[in-house]
Amino acid sequence: MTGRPAAPRDTGHLVDEGRRRFLGVAAVSALVLAPGVSLLAYAEEQGGKQGASARTRWGLLIDTTKCKSSCTACVTACSSYNGWKNEGRPTDPQWIRKVQVTDPETGLSRSVPVMCQHCAKAPCVEVCPTGASFKRADGIVLVDRHICIGCRYCMMACPYKARSFVSEEISGQKPWAPRGKGTVEGCTLCVERIDAGQVPACVQACAREGSGAMTFGDLKDPASAISRALAEHPSLQLRADLMLDPGVQYQGVP
Amino acid sequence: MRAIHYREIEGSGGFWALVGLLALLLAAGLTAAYFMEHIGHIITGMTNQVVWGMPHVFAVFLIVAASGALNTASIASVFGRVAYKPLARLSGLLAIALLIGGLAILVLDLGRPDRLGVAMTHYNFRSIFAWNIFLYTGFIAVTGCYLWVMMERRLNRHSRTVGTVAFLWRLILTTGTGSIFGLLMARKPYDEAIMAPMFIVMSLAFGLAIFILVLMAACRAGARPLGEATLMRLKNLLGVFAAGLLYFLLVFHLTKLYEAKFFGAEAFILWSGGPYTVLFWFGVVFLGGVLPMLLFWLPPTRRSRAAVGWGSASVVVGGLALVYDIIIGGQAWPLSIFPGMQVSSSFYDGVVGFYAPSLPECALGLGGCALALLITLLGLKLLPFLPETLADEGN
Repeated sequence: MTGRPAAPRDTGHLVDEGRRRFLGVAAVSALVLAPGVSLLAYAEEQGGKQGASARTRWGLLIDTTKCKSSCTACVTACSSYNGWKNEGRPTDPQWIRKVQVTDPETGLSRSVPVMCQHCAKAPCVEVCPTGASFKRADGIVLVDRHICIGCRYCMMACPYKARSFVSEEISGQKPWAPRGKGTVEGCTLCVERIDAGQVPACVQACAREGSGAMTFGDLKDPASAISRALAEHPSLQLRADLMLDPGVQYQGVP
Repeated sequence: MRAIHYREIEGSGGFWALVGLLALLLAAGLTAAYFMEHIGHIITGMTNQVVWGMPHVFAVFLIVAASGALNTASIASVFGRVAYKPLARLSGLLAIALLIGGLAILVLDLGRPDRLGVAMTHYNFRSIFAWNIFLYTGFIAVTGCYLWVMMERRLNRHSRTVGTVAFLWRLILTTGTGSIFGLLMARKPYDEAIMAPMFIVMSLAFGLAIFILVLMAACRAGARPLGEATLMRLKNLLGVFAAGLLYFLLVFHLTKLYEAKFFGAEAFILWSGGPYTVLFWFGVVFLGGVLPMLLFWLPPTRRSRAAVGWGSASVVVGGLALVYDIIIGGQAWPLSIFPGMQVSSSFYDGVVGFYAPSLPECALGLGGCALALLITLLGLKLLPFLPETLADEGN
C-alpha cells in the first residue's frame, strides 16, 4: 500500500476511527476533570462563605493576675490537642510555655503563658524566603508545611521564641495539626477550631481547669468580650517597642 | 608590560593525592548531610535556641569570602591596575568555587534540602533571603561571564564593563548577606545596619587571604615563579583590609555600648561570655587583625614570604572565629522578651543557649570547603587560569 493514495472507503473508515478516538479522549478527560472542577467550584463557594475575613482579627487577652504558676492547663491542652511533646530536651517543640517573670526591684512575680503572638506585622512572615510563613486575613499566623524548606530564618527573626524546629521523626500526629521533620512549627491559635466556631484548646482548658485567665475573641468587634476587657483595663503587648502589633495582649505583667 | 601566557597546571602525584583527599572530605560531608536529613537535625548540636550552627558558620564564611576573592580581578579590570591583571582569572575562579562550596553547605543544612525546587519557585520578595537566592546565583553567572570575556581574546575589550557589573554585584551580594543579620531586630547582638558594610570589609579580608594562600600553594606546587613585588603588594592590601575590619568592629561595638539596651549582649561577647569572649579577643582581634598586621609590617618579617602565608592563614582563622561569634554567640545570648525582668521557663528563657558543634556539622562544613578547593583545583587543571610566570617585571 505504500505510495498509493488511500481509497475513499478507507478514508471514511479512518475519519470514523479518528472521531471515535477523539470522543473517547474527550469522555475520559471529562470524567477525570469534572470532579476536580466541581471541587474547585465547591471550594470557591465554601471559601466565600467560611474563608478568613479581614473584617475579623482574632486575638487573645491573658490576665496574668489570674494565672497561677502551678497551673499548666493551657500547655497540657495545647500539647495533647496538637500532638507535640516536650520531654525537656532543648530540641523539643514548645508551641506554648509558661514564663515566670519577676521584677528584680520589687520581687513581683507572674506566670506568663507565651506562644506565637500572631503579629500584624510578623517578622517571621517578612523573612520567610518561600512565603511558607504567612498571615491569614483574620490575623492568624501559620506555617505552610508544604513549602517550608526548614531554613529556620523565621526562628531567628521571631522576638518571642515562639517557633520550634522538628528535629526528628515524629509520631502521634493529629489530622488537624500536620507536622513534619525538617520544618518549622508553632501555635496555630487552633485555627481549625476557630473556623468551626470553637475557641482555641488553651483557652478552653484555662476556663475549665485553670482560672479563666484567657479571653479569646475578635479584636475588631467592639462588642466582643476581649474588646470590652481591653477597653476597661490597661494591657500591654510584649516587645511593644518593635511595633509588631501582636494579636496576643497581656494584663498584669510586671 | 610583557605578554601574559596562561597554562593549565600539571597533574603530578601530589596533585592527585590532594584531589583524592578533598574528594574524601567531600564524601564525608555528603554522608553527614544524608544522616542529617535521614535522621534529622537531632544528631547535630543545634537546638530551638541555637537554630543555626556550624554549617552556617562555614557557609557564611565561604560566601562572604567568595565575593572578596574577586577583589584582585576587580582591581585589575575596574580600577585599571595592570599589575593585578595576571591574577584576575584565578580570582574569578576562586570566587565561583567558594560560593558554590558555601551554597552547597547552606542547602544541605536545610531541614528539607529536597525542597530546593520549592525555594527556586516560591519567592517572598520581602525576604532578604529570597533576594539572596538571586544574588548568589546571579553572582555565579556574572562571574562566569567575566571569566569568559577575560579568557576569550576576542571579547577582552568587554572585560572592564563586565568586571564593573561583577564588582557592583559583589558589593550588593555582601550587603545582602550582612543584612540577613543586620535586619534581625529581635536579637540584640545583631540589629545594626553597619553589619552590611562590615560584611563587605570582612569579605575583602577573608577573600584576599584565601586568594593569597591558594596562589602561593599553586605557584609553589607548579614551580611557577611568584614575584616578590606581586606578593608584597597583595600582603600590604590584606594588612589594610585587616585594619579596616578592626576599625569596623570597633565602631560596631562602640555604637552598641552607647545604647543601654544592648549592654547585656555586648558584655556577653566582650567580657563575660566565656568561650565567645575568648574567641572575640584572641580569635577575631588578635589572630584576625593584630597578628597579621605585625607579621606583614614589622621589620623582622615584613619581607618574608612565610610571614605572608602565616598572616593570611591567621586572617582565615580569625575570620572563622568572627563568623562563629556573630552566628553562634549572637544566638546564644537569650532573647529579651521582658526587658529588665528576671525570667525562667522550660524553654530556656533568660538562659544563655548551650551549643557544641557536632561531628556531622563539622563534616558538612569541611565538605563544603573541600568542594570549593576541588572546583578550584580541577579548574586550574582543565583551563588556563594561572600564568606561566608571576615573576616581577625585569626578572
